[in-house]
Amino acid sequence: MNALIFTAVFGIFLMISGLFIKNKQPVRILSIAGIIAAFILNIFDLQKFGTSATGLFNGMLSVTPFGLLFIEVVLGCVLVYFLLSGKDLANIGHYTGEYFALIFFILCGITLAATYGNMLMLFLSIEIMSIPQYILAGSDKHNLKSHEASLKYFLMGSFSTGFLLLGIALLYGATGTFDITAMNLAGGSIDTMALAGIILIAFALAFKVSAAPFHFWTPDVYDGAPTAVTSFISTIVKVGGFVAFIRLFHIAFGSPEINPHWELVLAIMTAATLVIGNITAVFQQSVKRMLAYSSISQAGFMLFAVIAMNMLSWQGILLYAAAYSLATIGCFAVLMKMKDYTYDGYNGLAQKQPLLALMNTIFLFSLVGIPATAGFLAKYFVLSAAVEKGGLLWLVILAVCCAAVSAFYYFRLIWAMYFKEGNCEVDEHAITPAFKGVLVLTALLVIVIGVWPDLVLMWIK
Amino acid sequence: MPIQNYIWLSIALFCIGVTGVLIRRNAIIVFMCIELMLNAVNLLLVSLSKYHHDASAQIFVFFIMAVAAAEVSVGLAIIVMVYRHTKSVDVNILNRLKN
Repeated sequence: MNALIFTAVFGIFLMISGLFIKNKQPVRILSIAGIIAAFILNIFDLQKFGTSATGLFNGMLSVTPFGLLFIEVVLGCVLVYFLLSGKDLANIGHYTGEYFALIFFILCGITLAATYGNMLMLFLSIEIMSIPQYILAGSDKHNLKSHEASLKYFLMGSFSTGFLLLGIALLYGATGTFDITAMNLAGGSIDTMALAGIILIAFALAFKVSAAPFHFWTPDVYDGAPTAVTSFISTIVKVGGFVAFIRLFHIAFGSPEINPHWELVLAIMTAATLVIGNITAVFQQSVKRMLAYSSISQAGFMLFAVIAMNMLSWQGILLYAAAYSLATIGCFAVLMKMKDYTYDGYNGLAQKQPLLALMNTIFLFSLVGIPATAGFLAKYFVLSAAVEKGGLLWLVILAVCCAAVSAFYYFRLIWAMYFKEGNCEVDEHAITPAFKGVLVLTALLVIVIGVWPDLVLMWIK
Repeated sequence: MPIQNYIWLSIALFCIGVTGVLIRRNAIIVFMCIELMLNAVNLLLVSLSKYHHDASAQIFVFFIMAVAAAEVSVGLAIIVMVYRHTKSVDVNILNRLKN
């Protein structure tokens, strides 16, 4: 459990280092070094536990190859995020050490979410992920929108935590255990208490991953939070919520007897998420808000992996986590260089910054799901997982239609960059050769995963 | 006393908390209602722990208390930050974010 312990300790270390290091640059480099160290330490774990599920700490943690690989993917995406947007994150305010420390605490929560074996650890992982986000959303202390985003996120987030806890308590009442493998819901008749618990937990987790009808906080919070923070919480933390979701529902509630009871609820939730996310994204004028709605609609696709209970869905969620995070982090990295966040602010970017426009186009292609990008394969995996399960064909058809709708608002941005005359204002100083290099590498990674998905998947075979 | 009474009491307390969150406009009161929800769950867990003769739920309650304390410290800081800016703790100001 190297990554779990390391991220927690390194977070505390960064927090204290903020007292002594006054410059922003060393803190940023220290955090990048920390992520690389966590990445390498997790590879050791993969070699050690990479074959079968291992219970640690009396079954509190259940380390599986999938969980470790997921942590690896998340750490890789955070490394890309630090390289692309680390400077913007450091420039939010004066407390650079704290921002990076909070990110490491969130990572600690995500590693816990990928390895928990007990409801207690599920609750702790969700909370460790959430509480630093409330602070980060309000980290821009001079901006009223940031305050409001923070307060709204905090009130709604702790409200949903209440439902998660009630669900866990009811489930405990029905089964007498918190261990997710020992719940044995399949045996005998399934009582109302257990069902109510499952549905409440589903609602709370749907809230955390912003699935409709619990998505209402998402656009406001993502819009109000500083853009560097939005980039993080709409990608890494969201897929972290999904790993908690998929592990709980596949391991604890996955038996054939209990599965039909919650399948329809989640299917309706998925349909609503896809429709609401895509339709409202069409009407947005601000690119930042469009990306917020796009993250809702992408969450709809990731929900397919939770509903379809087979090997393909585990692979699908891994690929989707990588594809969605990389592409969205890339889009946000370009967005942060723009002065004007509306579509019109992108007019004529292709003439001014051809490389940025091209890379942004690749990221948007991946989000739409154009073949030969990672986004296409990720969508293919989650949808074919649902087809393999059977009985969900209507949902798959709806998802394909929604993907077609999503092309409209993604291509509108490409249209603005390439075919509209205009004089977009770009922060020229921030576009360094190093930034461009990392951006190109990220886009290459998106294409490489799209052509050769085994780069991610071969480690869990 | 049968376990059902405890369950219904906890659910009732929880529903009072939910109603409070949904209808009150003062951020502090909303926050107190969230705490009421968490404490309703604590009560439920403790009674179920007794019912199952299993101490793990009581340990869970300690964790909920610790996390709730952490949440209070962050939440009150956020509310104070908003208050300094707007001189109000009315959650209706949140509607300003909507386009």
